[in-house]
Amino acid sequence: MREKLVYILAIVGAVLLAWNLYGIFTVLPDEAAQGAIYRIIFIHVPAAITAFTGFFIALVLSAMYLKTGDLRYDSAAASVTEVSFVFACVNVATGSIWARIIWGIWWTWDPRLTSMFVCLLIYFGYLMLRKAIDEPTQRGRLSAALSIFGFVDVIIVWKSIQWWRTQHPSPVLSIRTGGGNIDPAMEHMIYRDLLAFLLIAAAIVLVRMRQEMIEREIDSLRRLAHA
Amino acid sequence: MDTRNFLFMFYGFLAAWVIVMIYIITLARRNSRLKRELDDVKRLLDVKETRAENRTTSLPHGRGSVQG
Repeated sequence: MREKLVYILAIVGAVLLAWNLYGIFTVLPDEAAQGAIYRIIFIHVPAAITAFTGFFIALVLSAMYLKTGDLRYDSAAASVTEVSFVFACVNVATGSIWARIIWGIWWTWDPRLTSMFVCLLIYFGYLMLRKAIDEPTQRGRLSAALSIFGFVDVIIVWKSIQWWRTQHPSPVLSIRTGGGNIDPAMEHMIYRDLLAFLLIAAAIVLVRMRQEMIEREIDSLRRLAHA
Repeated sequence: MDTRNFLFMFYGFLAAWVIVMIYIITLARRNSRLKRELDDVKRLLDVKETRAENRTTSLPHGRGSVQG
């Protein structure tokens, strides 16, 4: 059942992504000032929202683990965090390439970029912490605490372009501005891409959760073997 | 389509694709490693169970067979 769901999510996500790419390159209008490079927005923004959605889900799962002590929540939180981290890396990499053309630099210590860099460090630390601790309950408790406190930085990243007006552009999506900052067709495409990214991320999370389950099974069998 | 900065747009899409593909390859490798480990542990448990069974069946015949 779970394998079928993985295939369904991955195939629907991939087909939607392919359809979106067709729209991005052939249907959407050009941007007057930036040329072709503006099309990176259709990867950059959905990747960020996918990552932040994942970090939020990981926060909820971590809180549930701390409340119940059920290791399945811990495994799910770890799986979601790992996949979200990959999408956060996609966001930073595409942003850096976009910045090279628009700002003339690969990177700057602007509040949005700096807080996003800290976000990557926090969640990289989370993944390293899990590798460093063998005892499951201790690993679960510490990583849940890091996931909960780490989410504060995600809020800072999200709000940074409203709090500080520096290099990174201010929000463009109408859900944050009330509209008028982006062509509706372009905004619509961002949401369609976001849906495709979320479907693909969900499929990968399910695969990763299955691996966590196998790891738990190996751990318990090893204990049995050495008892 | 306006082709200004097309090359860097291509780099951007390529970077996203490469990052996700590297992660998926890592996942696939981890999957096969875990399956191998699971098989190894199951085999180890089977061997242990067989030994334990042999031990219980050989007990009535005397201590020598247990130690041997």
